[in-house]
Amino acid sequence: MEIRELTCIGCPMGCQMRVTMEAGEIRQVEGNTCKRGDAYARKEVTNPTRIVTSTVRVTGGELPVVSVKTASDIPKEKIRACVLALKSIRVAAPVSIGDVVAENVAGTGVSIVATRNVKTA
Amino acid sequence: MYDVLIIGAGVSGCAAARELSRYRLKIGVLEKGEDVCSGTSKANSGIVHAGFDARPGSLMARLNVEGNAMMEELSKTLDFPFRRNGSLVLCFDKEKEGMLEELKAQGEANGVPGLQILTGEEARALEPNLSREVTAALWAPSGGIVCPFGLTIALAENACVNGVEFIFDTEVKKVEKTQEGYRLVTGGETYETRCVINAAGVYADVFHNMVSERKLHITPRKGEYYLLDRSTGGFVDRTIFQLPGKFGKGVLVTPTVHGNTLVGPTATDIPDKEGTNTTRQGLDEVAAKAALSVEGLPMRQVITSFAGLRAHEDGSEFIVEEAADAPGFFDCAGMESPGLSSAPAVGKLLEKLVTEKLRPEKKETFIETRKDVVNPFHLPEEERNALIASHPEYGNVICRCETVTEGQIIDAIRRPLGARSLDGVKRRTRAGMGRCQAGFCSPRTMEILAREWKIPMDQVTKCGGNSRLIVGVNKDRLQEEDQ
Amino acid sequence: MKKYADVVIIGGGPAGLAAAVAAYDQGAGEILILERDRELGGILNQCIHNGFGLHTFKEELTGPEYAGRFIRQVEERKIPYLLNTMVLDISRDKVVTAMNRQEGMFQIQAGAVVLAMGCRERSRGALNIPGYRPAGIYSAGTAQRLVNMEGYLPGREVVILGSGDIGLIMARRMTLEGAKVKVVAELMPYSGGLKRNIVQCLDDFGIPLKLSHTVVDIQGKERVEGVTLARVDDQRRPIPGTEEQYSCDTLLLSVGLLPENELSRSAGVDLSPVTGGPVVNESLETNIPGVFACGNVLHVHDLVDFVSQEAALAGKYAACYVASARGGAPENLGTADTASIPVCAEGGVRYTVPSFIRPDHMEEKLPVRFRVGAVYQNCYVSVYLDEERILHRKRQILAPGEMETVTLERERLTAGGGPGKITIRIEQE
Repeated sequence: MEIRELTCIGCPMGCQMRVTMEAGEIRQVEGNTCKRGDAYARKEVTNPTRIVTSTVRVTGGELPVVSVKTASDIPKEKIRACVLALKSIRVAAPVSIGDVVAENVAGTGVSIVATRNVKTA
Repeated sequence: MYDVLIIGAGVSGCAAARELSRYRLKIGVLEKGEDVCSGTSKANSGIVHAGFDARPGSLMARLNVEGNAMMEELSKTLDFPFRRNGSLVLCFDKEKEGMLEELKAQGEANGVPGLQILTGEEARALEPNLSREVTAALWAPSGGIVCPFGLTIALAENACVNGVEFIFDTEVKKVEKTQEGYRLVTGGETYETRCVINAAGVYADVFHNMVSERKLHITPRKGEYYLLDRSTGGFVDRTIFQLPGKFGKGVLVTPTVHGNTLVGPTATDIPDKEGTNTTRQGLDEVAAKAALSVEGLPMRQVITSFAGLRAHEDGSEFIVEEAADAPGFFDCAGMESPGLSSAPAVGKLLEKLVTEKLRPEKKETFIETRKDVVNPFHLPEEERNALIASHPEYGNVICRCETVTEGQIIDAIRRPLGARSLDGVKRRTRAGMGRCQAGFCSPRTMEILAREWKIPMDQVTKCGGNSRLIVGVNKDRLQEEDQ
Repeated sequence: MKKYADVVIIGGGPAGLAAAVAAYDQGAGEILILERDRELGGILNQCIHNGFGLHTFKEELTGPEYAGRFIRQVEERKIPYLLNTMVLDISRDKVVTAMNRQEGMFQIQAGAVVLAMGCRERSRGALNIPGYRPAGIYSAGTAQRLVNMEGYLPGREVVILGSGDIGLIMARRMTLEGAKVKVVAELMPYSGGLKRNIVQCLDDFGIPLKLSHTVVDIQGKERVEGVTLARVDDQRRPIPGTEEQYSCDTLLLSVGLLPENELSRSAGVDLSPVTGGPVVNESLETNIPGVFACGNVLHVHDLVDFVSQEAALAGKYAACYVASARGGAPENLGTADTASIPVCAEGGVRYTVPSFIRPDHMEEKLPVRFRVGAVYQNCYVSVYLDEERILHRKRQILAPGEMETVTLERERLTAGGGPGKITIRIEQE
């Protein structure tokens, strides 16, 4: 039996929840006040994912960096690998919102897309 | 070989430099900071005292009254902000009113003009926010306020265009007597000179004691202040002092020349000559004491607090003289309040002392006047728009709180002894001095500094030395093993 | 030579953009947005994290993307705007004085003005944190701009004071860019930020959050070398003996936002001592007829979606004001109107926007926004018309960090001559 403690992010209540797991299966969710808490807890203990936002270097642009995000959420444990993969990327201006800056970042199958426009300097 | 080397580019050192730059002399100023006005001169009340505080017959009394009288003319010649707003010393106790009379008599003996004792009512008629507790006040119409940066920078720039060499980031480590004069050993170069002016603020005792057997002792006396937003402008119009009373030495409440309200200082003797940190206790004391003088001081409008160190000499007197056992070594020590007020007269006195020694010729090429950074908002509309048409950077506002344009910042950087840091820009233009305390403008000012000095952003500093603002670029130290 | 525009919008951030679009769609002729920065979008341009737009666009966007949607709407409508243009003054009769590189100082006579200048961050000075004044003390927003728009790291070892959302977001941003965030300290016994940000910006990275703590000293004469935290008592005073030392090169401050109303004040706009923003009626109009306010300059918001909604109303009413003034309709849409009902904030409610309502000017439904002054659990939000309670809604939690809304209906406010006052309060039963 494994017990995981987590804070619900559904609302400012921030319910402290206890999830009881056994052999990878969820046995019980406690401490939540509403159904949203239960759903969040189940997702968070089995497959936590995050959208990652960061910056990527731009060459020849009016700004030195462009803001980017993962096109969809990626596994939480891949966050740092994802950011590290952005370190060496250089994109040439102009950049437009939605441009794919990198594909399959850190083996997640998810692309990195620009979230703003950067004009040529 | 220099004729004169001045240790310290504070207000006294710069005043001496400026007055001596009238002569055919090779003059240098050695400053450990990256800019002029980096020590005691940068953090004080900015008051031009009338001159009733000092003991009659003292050098302090004489130089204060003389400096006060010179300040207005000098502010026009060198284009720095000064206002003769007058000052009041408040008495809160009927039984202490005799002390006001004594202060008035002392002031008159010192030659302070126009002193007058007011009743509490009369004082409140002048300053409606004065406390109900005020029973009487000493009115000194000759009191004034000055921008300490403005004054010091103006003196320094004028000295610079008249040939004085300013050597920054150079801390004097040792002063040695030589055949012809003195040798100043620094972390880098060594400098030879015929005369030394020791205007080293809280360190003046250290240098004096290297050459003289008659030891000096200077104590850093900390003063903490609150600065209020310009929206409080007019809360008081005059400088409001307190008679020392049962609460100890009082604090002042004053407008600044730029329309802020300043309250402080405390007076705490400390061992550390660099101890310019504020303390909870000190700031609380300032707020409590200021509340005795005025009612409803809007402390919610505080935009910053700071502390400065006064160079207090054991005898509470200015020491501006040639050291008796060290010919050619001129002290300018113990320059605590009213040191700023006295600066013009201190400069003149040092001019006299040094020229009597060196007997130099006057220069015909001396440039008497200096113009401050052009402020487009002080120009008539037509001139302003002509300036922006020819120099569009004067139409680009960088600091929104104090409305400072890119043109002013560029001017502050390019002029003689131009600004090299954020603080340097701030002291010359007021960019970053306002209510957001540089939150919005600092990235843009940093960009301008980097561009103008052709340095990378990570070399831009707040105030020189190790005060870098940027430490790297995004992800520069991210590595595999971080995972 | 003075120019004229029907609606002059001061600020091209989310509020100004939404106001411009709505004014246009309401039929305003000449609209002009004056923006001091080098691009439209305002503070959203540096908020590169996601979580914007769930209400407005039903999807999670980053700040620049959200701004981009509105900028596109402005471009599509060909609404004129001036960048790098600083407004220096607004007069009571709506003459806007501005300055830029191209035109120098110039004036525009506005038919109506929409104030949308946003807010600024409280600085260290406003907090009176003692200590030295070295480099390395940044407001979180300044650091955000440097990192997210310019790619510069302002520090490597960071302590953050204030757990508002910007502080939390910057804890994550600095961490992802390679800095070590050692701790986030919060003066209050609760965080002002969203739970989601506490979990995803702090917990995900193992960054501790210390509630009821503040910075009591800053060390370092040139660059920050460390800060001292201490626990505070329930009066928010540091408790001696609880000091803890953190070595760091950077202190980020996320300690509150202040509406930037210096221009409003110069125009003679009445400001609320609670919000720091203008006092407005149901049309978001200030005491000066034809001068409207919206977004963070009116009151600090936590969700940009609400800024957009509010600003759209301000833009629309500004356009209506110009149209009715031109049509010779009875003047004085302003606050001197006799048939206005005050909205009173009581029993835990800190303020409301609007502060008063003229039922004959309101639409069928009117959102009234408010904030509470403390955390309330299992309580009720109640609305009274005079003594009659017309709304009593159970809430599991209310927190100061989250803006709340109640909707008032015109019908209720006009029935039987209407109430003398409207009261919103938090009740336990």
